Amino acid sequence: MIRRLLLFCITIFALTLVPAVAQETTVLRLVTHDSFNVSEDVLSAFIDETGIEVEILRLGDAGQVVNQAVLTAGNPLGDVLFGVDNTFLSRALDADVFVPYTSDNLDSVAEQFILDPEMRVTPIDYGDVCLNYDIAYFQDNNLAVPDSLSDLVDPEYRGLLVVQNPATSSPGLAFLLATIAEFGTEGDYTYLDFWAELVANDVLITDGWSDAYFGFFTMGSEDGTYPLVVSYASSPPFTVDEETGLPTTASIVADGMCFRQIEFAGILAGTENEEAAQQLIDYMLSEPFQEDVPLQMFVFPVNEEAELPELFAEFSQIPENPVTVDYGEIEANREQWIEAWTETVLR
Amino acid sequence: MDRDRPPLAKPAAIGGRLLWRALLVLPLLFLAVFFFYPLLSIFDLSLRPDGTLDLSGFWRIASTAYYRDTVIFTVYQATISTVLTVGLALPGAYVFTRFAFPGKSLLLSLATLPFVLPTVVVAAAFMALIGPRGFVNTALMDAFNLESAPLQLMQTLELVLIVHVFYNYAVALRIIASYWMHLSTRVEDAARMLGASGWRLWWTVRLPLLRPAILAAAALVFIFTFTSFGIVLILGGIRFATLEVQIYYQARSVFNLPLAAALSLVQIGFMFLMMLVYTRLQRRLTVDISSAQRVARRPQGWREWSLLVGNLVFIGVMLLTPLLALVARSLVEDGMLTLNYYARLSQNPAGSVLFVPPLQAVGNSIAFAGITTVLAVVLGLLTAYLVAGRGRSRSLTRWLDPLFMLPLATSAVTLGFGFLIALDTPPLDLRASWVLVPIAHTLVAIPFVVRSVLPAVRAIPPSVTEAAQMLGASPWRVWRYIDLPLLSRGLVVGATFAFTVSMGEFGASLFVARPDNPTLPIVIFRLLGQPGAVNYGQALALSVILLLVCLVSFVLIERVRTLGVGEF
Repeated sequence: MIRRLLLFCITIFALTLVPAVAQETTVLRLVTHDSFNVSEDVLSAFIDETGIEVEILRLGDAGQVVNQAVLTAGNPLGDVLFGVDNTFLSRALDADVFVPYTSDNLDSVAEQFILDPEMRVTPIDYGDVCLNYDIAYFQDNNLAVPDSLSDLVDPEYRGLLVVQNPATSSPGLAFLLATIAEFGTEGDYTYLDFWAELVANDVLITDGWSDAYFGFFTMGSEDGTYPLVVSYASSPPFTVDEETGLPTTASIVADGMCFRQIEFAGILAGTENEEAAQQLIDYMLSEPFQEDVPLQMFVFPVNEEAELPELFAEFSQIPENPVTVDYGEIEANREQWIEAWTETVLR
Repeated sequence: MDRDRPPLAKPAAIGGRLLWRALLVLPLLFLAVFFFYPLLSIFDLSLRPDGTLDLSGFWRIASTAYYRDTVIFTVYQATISTVLTVGLALPGAYVFTRFAFPGKSLLLSLATLPFVLPTVVVAAAFMALIGPRGFVNTALMDAFNLESAPLQLMQTLELVLIVHVFYNYAVALRIIASYWMHLSTRVEDAARMLGASGWRLWWTVRLPLLRPAILAAAALVFIFTFTSFGIVLILGGIRFATLEVQIYYQARSVFNLPLAAALSLVQIGFMFLMMLVYTRLQRRLTVDISSAQRVARRPQGWREWSLLVGNLVFIGVMLLTPLLALVARSLVEDGMLTLNYYARLSQNPAGSVLFVPPLQAVGNSIAFAGITTVLAVVLGLLTAYLVAGRGRSRSLTRWLDPLFMLPLATSAVTLGFGFLIALDTPPLDLRASWVLVPIAHTLVAIPFVVRSVLPAVRAIPPSVTEAAQMLGASPWRVWRYIDLPLLSRGLVVGATFAFTVSMGEFGASLFVARPDNPTLPIVIFRLLGQPGAVNYGQALALSVILLLVCLVSFVLIERVRTLGVGEF
């Protein structure tokens, strides 16, 4: 008995030391965040077409994915990274984690999405962080929907808005950046003045998107009491009521009220499968993958040829003039902005 | 009992003794390879980026009021949480030790359930119960015709403390009760004969005898609440931040590694000092008392009955109503009772390649938790012997106990970074391997096993072991028939918590990259990352499934003890 037990323990322990077994066919490893998703048939079409197997490795959120890429620069965990967005782009580029590649499929991608002139990263999708509101609440209370950020400090919106902490949440940071772009960091009335007024107007700040949306937003769950929430322009299609066939929420896409996040893919420096990695990037820009993106990841395709699924075409709004902040500036000022924000909100 | 004893064993036992020594090295090896090596690697990288020591982070912590306040708040809330939890669990432990009542072991299992729930789900449960539109407030508003919700607890320190008790009550209850059940009643009986009763009995007899277990429980609860992350963030709101939150923010959002490392070291250093003090106290206080099986009996008289009922009501209100609120929310859609959310769990309307059927997630969770439990029980038990330091020098072992507690005090993001940069070359290139998940879980689970069995290991009377050896029993037989029965209760508690830690943990799982074999908490987390009431409902439904799986497992673990070891 003891022998068997011992043998078992040793086996378990030894198992932990066995290195990964070498594979024969080309297996690409795609390193990405936990929100990544793709349809089974879309991925298998790529495998059938190219004979390249794809193994998907997921790790935390976009920030975590970039951090681990920086920490493993030169000896990467995979071949392709997907999921670095413009708020973290600078960090990845500064650490030289990517090798450049210009895909032919970029022809159908608008100029505004191509941020790195050296082409170390390729844009794949974008999403706008906007306020979502509970349509019925605003109708029932005869409230006008706010159409600029400064409206939010009006007394009629007191205690209606829930936002996320920019220190821990990516939509939270996006919304902070929108206010920075709108009010600036210098002058008589800066973003901090706006936030101080927002706090005085009883804004609720939560840690992450899910507790804001599901915990406090009136249309997120039975328990919510806030009819305005920072979320995505792509969220409303998912609140379609089965009886009426209409969404119960909508996004506010007025000028200057949304922040655009663009997600990129890049080939990790140190990969032994550079050519296969390029094929995967091409595929991610191709129509089958691009058309799959909305329903799998709740974001919009950068490829203009890609058709939106019906649900999205019908019910999602895309802001015409979203806010953008230079990605280098974000990385350079992130800590300072967030700390000043924390000071203001806590005071 | 720690003095070197003359060798009693016959030559034939020397081989066994060598094997035993070799076994004792295993936990040290495990800790060195999977904890200290990664941790030191990341500290080295963070604090010596260009070969010169960068200690600016420490200076910033010391010179910034915000960070000093964070340290103070962290200690403050952990202390109150610990005192509350242990203080409330003590009468509970008395009731569970002393009285026999129907449904006792089921209730003990139910009380352990909160421990497995991901914080987001706990937040949802409390929201459903005492949120502005929760069951309690709605009922109160209906009953008293109120305009607004009378109970306003969201984003308050009170709520953080309540949830800390909700989470950790069972830790204190089970550790104290399992120790108590083995304490002989003789001392207490004698005190009673001499006229002690009521408070005097508690103060002069029971508490001193229980001190080792109380301290063990307090130590665990303190560490857990000291490093509290999700609860403070989600339920406390932005005004409250613990060190753990700051580490996460500096490491993830700002990527200021020197500061993150400095904060981690402050946290680890603080915990290490606490543990050092605690282990010294623990040693001094261990009473060498002959163990005996306590027989639980029915309560007698109104005092005992009210004590029993009072505790059961407390457990019901404090621990079970939030769970019931969760179950209720998972079963109601648009005001109608439905199993819709459960049914949807196995559908994959978008045809996603990464879709995980609930059964598969249950399977993954159980597999990881099973491996973790076996690893943690074996390594934790060996650690307990190592720390108990029979016949070994005291000065060495006194440092060992706190060392094994350190993984609990280390933030997941720091250790995750450590894994990434340290375990990156063959034969230890484990960065993308699933084995990192059970390994990370085991690191966290070992302290639970150690704390659960160590008081009992220390209390094993050496005279009995020696007698058995003299009579010619092999070391294995001695262990099987003397140690094991004495340790069985502690082992079950340790195994239960190891299992639970693994089932509920998702911090570490999120910080190690892995191919897709997600556990239940990860699938719950993903569902909560998507808009739509259906996703929310499914996340709650899956949480209920997580609770059920754990409940069944607890009952099975308890079975293993009664079948495999037997009472003595």
